[in-house]
Amino acid sequence: MAKKVPQINASSMADISFLLLIFFLVTTSMDVNQGLARRLPAPIPPDQKVEDTDINKRNLLVVKINSANQLMVQGQLTDVKQLREKAKEFIKNENDDAYMPKLFEEDFGAPIGVVKYTKEHVISVQNDVDTRYQSYLDVQNELVAAYNELRDECARKYFHKGYNELEEDQQKQVQKVYPQKISEAEPKNYGGN
Amino acid sequence: MAKIRRNEKREMPALNTSSLPDIIFMLLFFFMSVTSMKEVTYKVQFQNPQATELTKLEKKSLVRYIYVGTPTAEFRKQYGAETRIQLDDAFAEKSDIGEYIVNERSSMKEQDQGLMTVSIKADKETRMGIIADIKQELRRAYALKISYAATQRTNY
Repeated sequence: MAKKVPQINASSMADISFLLLIFFLVTTSMDVNQGLARRLPAPIPPDQKVEDTDINKRNLLVVKINSANQLMVQGQLTDVKQLREKAKEFIKNENDDAYMPKLFEEDFGAPIGVVKYTKEHVISVQNDVDTRYQSYLDVQNELVAAYNELRDECARKYFHKGYNELEEDQQKQVQKVYPQKISEAEPKNYGGN
Repeated sequence: MAKIRRNEKREMPALNTSSLPDIIFMLLFFFMSVTSMKEVTYKVQFQNPQATELTKLEKKSLVRYIYVGTPTAEFRKQYGAETRIQLDDAFAEKSDIGEYIVNERSSMKEQDQGLMTVSIKADKETRMGIIADIKQELRRAYALKISYAATQRTNY
């Protein structure tokens, strides 16, 4: 005769899972880890003298933030909201202006082909010791946004797709047209204690 | 004619709760997948700055955090209200960062060492002086991949 297996009492299962649920609610945090990714330049060896890198003045976009969190772009007081447009204009230099970075012609391979681009442009960000972190990040954010927008435009023009939808090697191709060149100077004390 | 029944004892049928554990488990798994474990107990308080061009930090095991902010209320008596750095579970000085990075890197797998990312979680009101010092320390320790932790900006 087959023995009947007694049914397991599962009424406490709900309590156990409630306990687990509450444990996880308490120990975890909802915030996702996201941030503005940047890359620092490699350190200068101590025995090497700091050389003044010779950057042609027209290739340089100087962005300064002072201790009162005001923004100075190429010697002009600017609002953060205008920085993106200014940076884009500078990186592209569509009209080949004399005071904007020099244009170089290069073949980037199909389907981009030969395109003029500002190979040697550099955006230099300089900030004061007393600058607020948020203001600094605003500037970084706008500059990264400028590059992202340009790359997206480029991707749409040649690949008819957004930059984020491209394959990895296609993204690299686009990156070559708009290389990200944001340089950060050592902090100095500009005006105002 | 319908009879109005009153004061008549009728037993309520027992609610079937056999699916309750399944529902709770579902909730549990949902929370497990959308949340992340707290890395440390915060000894400094900070409010992330806002930005729009954010990227997600992919592999948790490759990320190390540096917290910058003012000490929380319970530590204020001991450490003052000046901006401080926290590494793991303890307050630290700028000069400790290099050693910390080297130690953390050597505890990683060899093929992962080059991929280490340092996430700087600093209060938005922090002065740039201390951030610049941290960056210099990170450069010296060859921790060049960094990420400024920020939250998505919703309005200007």
